[in-house]
Amino acid sequence: MARRDALTGYLFISPQLIGVLVFVLIPVGLAIYYSLNDWNIFTGELQFVGGDHYAALLEDPQLPSVLGATAIFSGGVVALNIALGLALAVMLNRRFRGVTLFRTLFFSPVVVSVVAWTLVWGFLLQDNGGINGFLAQFGVVGPNWLQEGPTAMAAVIVTQVVRSVGINMVLFLSALQGVPGELYEAARIDGARNSTMFTRITLPLISPTLLLTAIITIVGALQAFAQIAVLTQGGPGLSTTVLVYYVFQQAFDFNNIGYGSTLALMLLTFVMLLTVLQWQLRRKWVFYED
Amino acid sequence: MNTATKLVGLAALATTIAVAAAGCSASAGSGGPVATTAPPNSVDLRMTVWTSNEDQLALFDSIAEEYKSDHPEIKSITFESLPFADYNTTLTTQIAGGNSPDLAWMGDLSKDLIASDALVPLTDTLSETKGWDYDDLLGSVTAEFTADDQLYAYPFSNSPFALYVNESLLAEAGQTLDTDNLTWDQVSAVGSAANAATGKGGFVIRDFNYASWNTLATVWTGWGASAWNEDGTECTFDSDEMVKAFQFLHDAIYVDKSMPGPGTTADFFAGDSAFTIAQVSRASLLDGSFEYAVYPLPAGPEGTYSVIGQAGVGVLESSAHVQEATDFLAFLTNPENAAKLAQFFPPPRESLLTGEKLAEVNTKLTAEQLQTVVVDQISDAVTLPNHTSPAEIAQKAKTALDAMWTPDADVESVLSSVCTAIDPLLAK
Repeated sequence: MARRDALTGYLFISPQLIGVLVFVLIPVGLAIYYSLNDWNIFTGELQFVGGDHYAALLEDPQLPSVLGATAIFSGGVVALNIALGLALAVMLNRRFRGVTLFRTLFFSPVVVSVVAWTLVWGFLLQDNGGINGFLAQFGVVGPNWLQEGPTAMAAVIVTQVVRSVGINMVLFLSALQGVPGELYEAARIDGARNSTMFTRITLPLISPTLLLTAIITIVGALQAFAQIAVLTQGGPGLSTTVLVYYVFQQAFDFNNIGYGSTLALMLLTFVMLLTVLQWQLRRKWVFYED
Repeated sequence: MNTATKLVGLAALATTIAVAAAGCSASAGSGGPVATTAPPNSVDLRMTVWTSNEDQLALFDSIAEEYKSDHPEIKSITFESLPFADYNTTLTTQIAGGNSPDLAWMGDLSKDLIASDALVPLTDTLSETKGWDYDDLLGSVTAEFTADDQLYAYPFSNSPFALYVNESLLAEAGQTLDTDNLTWDQVSAVGSAANAATGKGGFVIRDFNYASWNTLATVWTGWGASAWNEDGTECTFDSDEMVKAFQFLHDAIYVDKSMPGPGTTADFFAGDSAFTIAQVSRASLLDGSFEYAVYPLPAGPEGTYSVIGQAGVGVLESSAHVQEATDFLAFLTNPENAAKLAQFFPPPRESLLTGEKLAEVNTKLTAEQLQTVVVDQISDAVTLPNHTSPAEIAQKAKTALDAMWTPDADVESVLSSVCTAIDPLLAK
């Protein structure tokens, strides 16, 4: 009977297990294999090079700039996305006329194709595009957004945040609605101010959602590709070349599959370390964990 | 010998005869020097292209149908359209994934493919094919696809770059061109005046977009500059000639305002600029909404020059049907079919290169214009810079060149940084 139960259990998890095996474990295994080889894709020849590609990571003159751009992009996206998502959720966690319309409005970019969304922003951000045209109405000469390093990075971050903040907003909204109203009532009777209630009641009680959004936002930011490819192609210079885009360039544009695989494994390691770190810190952050 | 053995023997004999017959007919159909041994209806050929133009694809299909009718071994010939922007990436991914096409169009990937022995040498097959007339090919257009005296891709498209002029816009700006003495200085001066008078762009290097720097060869060649030395081992971006050429471009953007700056869209064919440098094949984009003229490239300080953009078609060694694919390529590019292809692509055959012949199939430009901007240019033209590892060189140089596109850029030091970035790749 126990064996039969175990078999049933395995059958239930098999779809997910097969998915993980085919789409995660086998590709990761292949990436490790390719990272140890030089692959001439035109001839199909594989030459074992051992740890050469790993050593090349230390000598790659572009990699520090790429990691810097990745850190700025990810940090910017995570900070802005969570702050804006939470602010929107707090504002829209009230009953007022048109609240559903606003919720829909802020969520709607999430369902738009990322490429279509980025293309439109690309037109708006051109030197003679819509945003500078709008600024010119007020006598302001806007910058050449996508051609200067700092503004290009800011533009890519904002484009990403505006498109994806709706997800975090909905998650926070759901968490806020789960906070018992009587806690606020009691605090109010005790004379607590709004800011105190927010930091002492709201934030601790939605901390599991904060942890979840932090993890999914940081993983999403580290995997951002399409918006970079469409908006800036990593430029100007290397200012917006984030790690995923660099992996793509090395593996598929430059045909350095071995080195590209090594970079992909480095990215995987980063993501895993960050996730484990956040998971370990949950005891300190998250109210319900003890 | 029992009956069963006899039957098997007969079947084997019949198969051999059928195969031999198919081989004979294949050979006779294209006049090729080799005979296929493939059984009837057993060969599927696939050719990757970057065009999605229905007329061009229809022409390819009709040539393929004609070939199939004489070659029973061919079951199908398909032309797979891949998006131009991702063409190289998609093609190399197909090759890496073991899904290589039999034939492929190629542009700047050709050097890598030739260096990796991934292409089938064509010279012997083409020169031995009856009626193919190998000597009709111009040496100036085969050089790009030749290594060790072997041609590896047929240069089906050899489109010179030309100066397109929006005459309506110049008239609106009160400007005239001295077309007998066209120089870059004149184009910049008139472009600057047109920009000041109309707000439209001056001159636009089409497809440059402050990224595809190789298209700037249409300018710097006039200053006697080149991206690297003749054997491609040493960067020459830091030469005096290149510095002067880029100083001209930088002044055009930031001082004279005769060239739209980075991040500014100006499409000549939509009437947004006075001039553009584009390939002659782009004439198809002219819709008659303004008066236009086409001239050879303006002269630079080093005099007149011409530049062509090329595309070739070759057979991949990884094809399962190399022999049949090579035979089809010989048919696709024989004199009769080359004449048909010439309606879309400036041909590599001397016999087809006259203004009158090209005008028979080109409705946008006159025979005289075609003679001047195509025929007279091809024999002495240089090609756009091309090298092995084209994408990596393009990206590294682009990353360094981005610093050029600010008003206070130090032209000389930026060009020096380009050499620092790409010299290791050239030396490989």
